[in-house]
Amino acid sequence: MKYVDEFRDGELAKNISANIAREANPAHAYRLMEFCGGHTHAISRYGLADLLPASVRLIHGPGCPVCVLPVGRVDQAIRLATEAGVILCTYADTMRVPASNNLTLMRAKAAGADVRMIYSTQDALKIARDNPTRQVVFLAIGFETTTPPTAVAIKQAAAEGLKNFSILCNHVLTPAAMHAILSVQGGVALDGFIGPAHVSTVIGSQPYEVFASDYAKPVVIAGFEPLDVMQAILMLIRQINSQRNNGRATVENEFTRAVTRYGNLKAQQLVADVFELRESFEWRGLGSVPHSALRLRAKFADYDAELRFNSEYVAVPDHKACECAAILRGEKRPQQCKIFGTVCTPENPIGSCMVSSEGACAAHYSYGRFREITQ
Amino acid sequence: MSITKSYSRPLDFKNGRIEMSYGAGGRAMAQLITDLFAAAFDNPYLAQGNDGALLPMATGRLVMSTDSHVVSPLFFAGGDIGCLSVHGTINDVAMMGAQPLYLSAAFILEEGFRFADLKRIVDSMAKAAFDAGVPIVTGDTKVVEQGKGDGVFITTTAVGVVRDGITLSGDRAQPGDKILLSGTIGDHGMAVLSQREGLSFDAPIVSDTAALHALVAAMLDCGASLRVLRDPTRGGLATTLNEIAKQSGVGMLLNESSIPINQPVEAACEFLGLDPLYVANEGKLVAICAAEDAERLLDVMRAHPQAKEAAMIGEVREDAHGFVQMTTKMGGRRIVDWLAGEQLPRIC
Ligand code: SF4
Repeated sequence: MKYVDEFRDGELAKNISANIAREANPAHAYRLMEFCGGHTHAISRYGLADLLPASVRLIHGPGCPVCVLPVGRVDQAIRLATEAGVILCTYADTMRVPASNNLTLMRAKAAGADVRMIYSTQDALKIARDNPTRQVVFLAIGFETTTPPTAVAIKQAAAEGLKNFSILCNHVLTPAAMHAILSVQGGVALDGFIGPAHVSTVIGSQPYEVFASDYAKPVVIAGFEPLDVMQAILMLIRQINSQRNNGRATVENEFTRAVTRYGNLKAQQLVADVFELRESFEWRGLGSVPHSALRLRAKFADYDAELRFNSEYVAVPDHKACECAAILRGEKRPQQCKIFGTVCTPENPIGSCMVSSEGACAAHYSYGRFREITQ
Repeated sequence: MSITKSYSRPLDFKNGRIEMSYGAGGRAMAQLITDLFAAAFDNPYLAQGNDGALLPMATGRLVMSTDSHVVSPLFFAGGDIGCLSVHGTINDVAMMGAQPLYLSAAFILEEGFRFADLKRIVDSMAKAAFDAGVPIVTGDTKVVEQGKGDGVFITTTAVGVVRDGITLSGDRAQPGDKILLSGTIGDHGMAVLSQREGLSFDAPIVSDTAALHALVAAMLDCGASLRVLRDPTRGGLATTLNEIAKQSGVGMLLNESSIPINQPVEAACEFLGLDPLYVANEGKLVAICAAEDAERLLDVMRAHPQAKEAAMIGEVREDAHGFVQMTTKMGGRRIVDWLAGEQLPRIC
């Protein structure tokens, strides 16, 4: 696989960086939000901030599935495992998200709950098949990329007549979150978006067109490789410059090797077969956002753990000192949280943004915190 | 009256399995020890057959190190738990600048474990010990009930001697020193993981498991002022460097482009969302040495068959916060931090 190195060529990065420095007007601010945690990770992992002039500022967005899951949702999963006695299957990152009563799924597991870490929905199905006398619940989280595999699992379970399998559905939608960010009163000022990579392979570039037309925000869809991000930043700067000369904002696609205008129609159809919109869903940071998440359609209601176990979502406030909410809205940076790096560290996370490697706090702690401390 | 020698059926190395009696201290256990372990590890110290091995006095300071091995799967491309348990412990002693002399080996076997697999593992240990010239002079075996072990756990201990004038220690790195690495990173961890996950790549990923004491001897003999040697096993290169930085109270600056990595390892890490800096190695070492000797030491390493791809990957710097930093391939800066929790594949 030669593929990887092509997109990590330091010489090319230097060239793009020089172009950015030349074209960015130092008198202007370029406030760019990278929506996705994948981009946040790449930016920190490769130290891309060092390759940008002072006028270009990257703002982390809410596109980290673990980060936006509110405390109450994790509580629900923990209750299913401890009170309903199910086998709760979850992806690794979710295990460490702090919930109520100083619990995490990891701590619930240590105290005897049957929580199992899985790598794919197929693992969850297998656990259900192997344990016919137990109820198995999959904690389904994530944006449009992780939804199709969940849909496949539901269809498979239905086809097999797997009676002991269900999901706690927390699948959320990217465009709805972007709307929410832009509609916060007195919220973060943005000049453009670096659009999602993997999400866009599924939904295409078309759903972002409204942000260019109605909000006048340029969007450039970018791959997750560092050069993709650099190139997208350059494209955004060019659009913003042209906007300032009476040009119009548009959606551009840097990630043409994987993203088309309409995306993966088959995957979209599959998801539409299995899921429907929730009227509203609570996000950490963004609060209740209308039509921003999915639940199972009535014909698959048997596989809905919330119905099967009568499990209700109860909203729970974040830890008092935790600034995750403002960080997820792009209004604050991790280093502005008073307990960043002291009380809250990746070993002992207080908020969800310190858990996932895609979370803004974890990324800044693990890769970038020397910037404030040294020199 | 004549005493007839009692007949004992030979161990069934084809279809047999470990039973509880093989750890019970009776004839079955004695037979397992003689017919399998003693036969494979054969050496005069083990042949003494006493509770402990009586060893000749050695001159110099003694170094002793112990390590338990619980790898799963037991067999992987490039090795198995047997040779791994010999190499790993020899390396721990070698990193102190010592010549490893003797090994001990303790086995915890799970009831039901196949004799054929055990024999394969024991033979592999015997070969590794023989090739390294370090005999296994004493050992122990216990059997646990089915479900209470994972096939086999092996604990090995090695003893070695350091000659006078050699002092290697994690607290000796000084600002200005150079950081050398003996070869590619991540091979062992990814060989095991890709086997476990059933991944296959165009080119197979092979564990780098190897005993490094000969390489260490060559490095010591060249007279370069070596300060620290470490083998970056569990937690990978990143963890090892952070340990040294902490012990020595210094920082480091690495150059990502100069860290050697095999293409398939890089691709597999990419696929699983892992950072190769945190992936285990079993046949590599990190050396920290005075700047003026670094080039010479690098030449000596590259001339040795086990370190042909050795590279200078960075330098030690003054830093009150003990940050290990890295200039990335893109030209930006990042921290190479301690690992938080297990390194797990990402989900999105
Ligand atoms: S540093 Fe911790 S407590 Fe502060 S905002 Fe981030 S996750 Fe929340």
